[in-house]
Amino acid sequence: MPLGLLKYGFSNDYPIEVDLPAPKALKKRYDVVIIGGGGHGLAIAYYLAKYQGITNVAVLEKSYLGGGNTARNTAVIRSNYLTSEGVKFYSESVDLFKNLSNEFDFNIMYSERGQLTLAHTDATVRAFRQRAEVNKHFGGRTEMIDRKQIKELVPCLNLDPAHLPVLAGLWHMDGATARHDAVAWGYAKEAAKRGVEIHQLTEVQDFVVNRNQVTAVKTNRGSIECGCVVQAVAGTSSLLMNKLKIRSPIQTFPLQAMVSQPFKPFLNPLVSSSALHCYVQQTSRGEIVFGGGSDPYPLYNTRSTLDLKESLLAHAIEMFPFMANVKLMRQWAGMTDMTPDYSPIMGQSPYDNYYLDAGWGTWGFKATPICGKTMAELVATGRTPDLIKPFELSRFSRFQQVNEMGATAASH
Amino acid sequence: MKMMRCPLNGLRNISEFSYGGELKHMPDQNTCTDEAWADYVFNKNNTAGIVLEWWMHTPSSYWFIAERHTVTDEMIRTFDPQEIFNQRVEFTQATVAEKTPVSEKQGALA
Repeated sequence: MPLGLLKYGFSNDYPIEVDLPAPKALKKRYDVVIIGGGGHGLAIAYYLAKYQGITNVAVLEKSYLGGGNTARNTAVIRSNYLTSEGVKFYSESVDLFKNLSNEFDFNIMYSERGQLTLAHTDATVRAFRQRAEVNKHFGGRTEMIDRKQIKELVPCLNLDPAHLPVLAGLWHMDGATARHDAVAWGYAKEAAKRGVEIHQLTEVQDFVVNRNQVTAVKTNRGSIECGCVVQAVAGTSSLLMNKLKIRSPIQTFPLQAMVSQPFKPFLNPLVSSSALHCYVQQTSRGEIVFGGGSDPYPLYNTRSTLDLKESLLAHAIEMFPFMANVKLMRQWAGMTDMTPDYSPIMGQSPYDNYYLDAGWGTWGFKATPICGKTMAELVATGRTPDLIKPFELSRFSRFQQVNEMGATAASH
Repeated sequence: MKMMRCPLNGLRNISEFSYGGELKHMPDQNTCTDEAWADYVFNKNNTAGIVLEWWMHTPSSYWFIAERHTVTDEMIRTFDPQEIFNQRVEFTQATVAEKTPVSEKQGALA
C-alpha cells in the first residue's frame, strides 16, 4: 500500500494543485497596482477580480506573502464597537468571515467562540451598556452579563484579581478567531486563479507623479506604469505617504504578543480586560495567545522588551492564576499604525488615483474581508462606498473623528 | 531594562519616562486657518530615523527634549528645552492679533 501510494504520488494522474503560479517578469503596465501583499492587499485584489471584473492587477510585496502584520496579529474577529460607523463596518466583516472557507474552498479555521470583555469599574459598566445597545441596534449579538454568568462561561477565570474585582462582562456572541495566515493564502490563491499577478520580493521605492496623478511606481525590479495605486502596507504606511507628501496623523508603535505551549481545550471564549491591559484566547491548536496594549512610545522596530512581557503576563496571571506554570513557546512584535481616534484611514487621498488603506493600528485583521470588498468597489467605481466614507483621511481636517478608543484599546 | 538619561536626574529606567510627542512648531491659533490648526493638532511626521521629541521624567514632572533614532531605538541625546526655547513667549502680541481679524470679520459681515 505505501509503495502504491508513492507511485500514485509521482504518476501523472496525481492532481497537482498549484496555489500560486511561479513568479514571472513584471509587465510594463497594470490597471491597478496594490502595494502590500498582506491580507488587506490580497483581499482587495481578490474582490477586484471576482466582483469588479478587473484582473490586470499586480500585488507588490517587498518581502513574502502575508509576512507582515497579517502574520503578527492575534486573530481576533469581533464587531462590538462603540460608534454606529464602527459597528456597521465591522459587523459586515464578521459576516463575510463566516463564509470565507466556503468561498475559498480552503479552510481558514474560522471558529466562533464569543468574546468576553471584563468590566472592573462602574465607568466601564456604563460604557458596556452603551456598546451592548449600539450593537443590538445594528443586529449584532452582544449583551451584558453578571459575575455568575461569567463564572459559567469561563470557570477558570479569577473574578477577584487583586484590587480590581470583576463587576460585569460584555458578552459578544459574534466574537471569533480564524487562522490568519490561511486568510491571506485563501485570498492570494483565489486572486491568482483569476489572473491577478502577485510579485513577492518587489519593493516600491518611489513614485512618478504627474500633476495630481501617480503615473508609475518605481520598484527594485524596475518601473511600472499604473492606472491607479492602492497602498496597504500596515506598519509602514507613513513611509509611503511621506514619499508622496501626504500628511497623516499616523504614528507607528510596536505591539507585542506571545503564545504558550499547547494545552487541551479549556478556554472557549476570547477573554479580555481593558483595565488589566490584557487579552487571552486559546487557539484551535491549543496554544494560549496573550496580547496587550501597544508599546509606550513610537518605534519602527519589531523588537521585544522584557518589561512589557513581564507586565502583560502579570496581568494574565491575575486573570488566570493557574497559568503561572505555563511555558511560553514564542513571542513576537508587529508595527501598528495608530490613529488618534483608533479608527482606520481608508479611501481617497489628495491624489486622484492613489487610494489609502492605512491606519489599521491594532484592529486590521478583523476588517480584512470588508476592507478588501469596499476598497475594491472604490477602485473600480471611483466612488467611496457609504460604509467607509466616515474613515476618509480628510476627517481630521474637518474635526470629524470616529472615536473608537474605548472599544479598541487593549481589547482587540 | 532600557535606560534613558534625564538631563535633570541622570540615567534612569525607561519606565520612569513618558513620551510626549514630536517636537513641532505651533502656528498662531489666532491667525492660522482651521486646516493648519488641524494639521498641527493631529498630523505627525512619523519619521523613520533621527527625531526630536518631548519626554517627561514622570516622578519629577520634568519635561525635556530627546534626540532618538526611531528605527534602532537609540537615545542619542537628551537636553533641557532651554536650549531651543530660550526666549520668553510674549502673549501681548497674540491678544492684538486676536482682536484685529475679529473686527475685520465683523466689518466684512456688516
